[in-house]
Amino acid sequence: MSAIGKHRILERSPTLLLVFSLLVVSVGGIVEIAPLFYIENTIEDVDGVRPYSPLELAGRDIYVREGCYVCHSQMIRPMRDEVERYGHYSLAAESKYDHPFQWGSKRTGPDLARVGGRYSDAWHVDHFIDPQSVVPQSVMPKYAFLADARLEDDLIEDLLATHRLVGVPYTDEMLAEARADFHAQADPDADTDGLLERYPGAVVANFDGQPELTEMDAIIAYMQMLGTLVDFSTFTPDETR
Amino acid sequence: MMDNRTDRDPVTGTETTGHNWDGIQELNTPLPRWWLWTFYLTIVWGIGYCIAYPAWPLIDRATAGFLGYSTRAEVEAQIAEVDARNADVAARLASADLATLERGDPAYHYGVAGGAAVFLAHCSQCHGAGAAGALGYPNLLDDDWLWGGTLDAIAATVRHGIRNDTDDDARWSEMPAYGEFLEAEQIAAATEFVLQLSGQAHDSQLAASGATIFAEECASCHMESGTGDRETGAPDLTDAIWLYGGDREAITESITSSRFGVMPAWGPRLDEVEIKAVTLYVHQLGGGE
Repeated sequence: MSAIGKHRILERSPTLLLVFSLLVVSVGGIVEIAPLFYIENTIEDVDGVRPYSPLELAGRDIYVREGCYVCHSQMIRPMRDEVERYGHYSLAAESKYDHPFQWGSKRTGPDLARVGGRYSDAWHVDHFIDPQSVVPQSVMPKYAFLADARLEDDLIEDLLATHRLVGVPYTDEMLAEARADFHAQADPDADTDGLLERYPGAVVANFDGQPELTEMDAIIAYMQMLGTLVDFSTFTPDETR
Repeated sequence: MMDNRTDRDPVTGTETTGHNWDGIQELNTPLPRWWLWTFYLTIVWGIGYCIAYPAWPLIDRATAGFLGYSTRAEVEAQIAEVDARNADVAARLASADLATLERGDPAYHYGVAGGAAVFLAHCSQCHGAGAAGALGYPNLLDDDWLWGGTLDAIAATVRHGIRNDTDDDARWSEMPAYGEFLEAEQIAAATEFVLQLSGQAHDSQLAASGATIFAEECASCHMESGTGDRETGAPDLTDAIWLYGGDREAITESITSSRFGVMPAWGPRLDEVEIKAVTLYVHQLGGGE
């Protein structure tokens, strides 16, 4: 029987045709996606990257909820204009604890991958409440309600546990202390030794200047850590990645 | 019918493929030649691409390609190329004493133009694209400086920032929130005195009692005359320039809750040439001393 003749067998059996179609289609996935999980090219070990602190993670949830990714990317591409404007190009490792990642694909606003520490907390408060008060040409909507939205702590431990479920290495200690860390990061008078040991480089401040813990605190805590974890004065990029 | 051969469709005269499904024959209508050859060319191009550029994933890494291309190397090369082109003038600016740098010097022009770019990328979000500032963020176009408007003072402010936790040399001062230990009437009186100092409409009777409070509480930083002190970043209260507003309500709020403007330290983010450049740029905006 010729090759075409053998093909006739497939064409005459819907089940066989389905099975073989799936096999053919999966070749693309196996070749293009599977290697990303094992070849060294894509997995770069970088010092300093750590899981998000509870308050940062809560802020990240607000970032996702409000759809910030629709207008803001979080990936500085390796191109001269981007590196000169935003800082060192992003590394894959810097978003390895992102579920889901926030790279984005559209910039109505600027890239936020390294926005941490660039502006004061008060600027972020002013800017979230009324972006045009500090950047008159901005088209960003107002997020003043974040300062009025009280942030509750009852789900924070579950939030960390969920992220652990998908591979973020939160320890039992981190889970046990989640609620305390959650409050301590927004309180400059709190004992933050444990928090800073568990989450090195976390910024501790009363971010929104109000006594209550609000969503504004959380999202600014998240803003202020973005892109600050890797020390690029000691990091040497591998050019083949 | 011109052609009666059995492998041609009798109606359209088109060749058939020979496939016959329950008496229905499939017409053989080939793709246009130009399309087919373009398709073959893309396959050949794809093979060439795989050889020239990084492509196939192997055991531990993908094939590197004969051209040895990498985006990381490319961006580094591009930046190095621009740096090399600017190397002479940048070195000249790096070693120059800004105070004695001639306006005709290429390093001066390089500094002002490069400083404008640095300003737009890093400073404009607070100080405004035109450096006119906003409520709470100083205007850099005028000659009213909180911490000094000389080249050295501007460079120090840029490098270390103001009231931040990240730089030990950050400019620092903290006005007390007088709401915590002055009565509301005392604050109202002090407010009237500040209004008087700045030549605005005020209640002169209240201002008179406010003068005593001012002398006791405020003069150590804002000076007896109210003209301020750059050592502590205490603003001049006698002029019409206000960072947080100069009406009765804003002044009352400033005295009651105090203000605590923070500027990040740019030393870790900008290199020496960039700091010098943005210093030159800000200095020549209008108010440089």
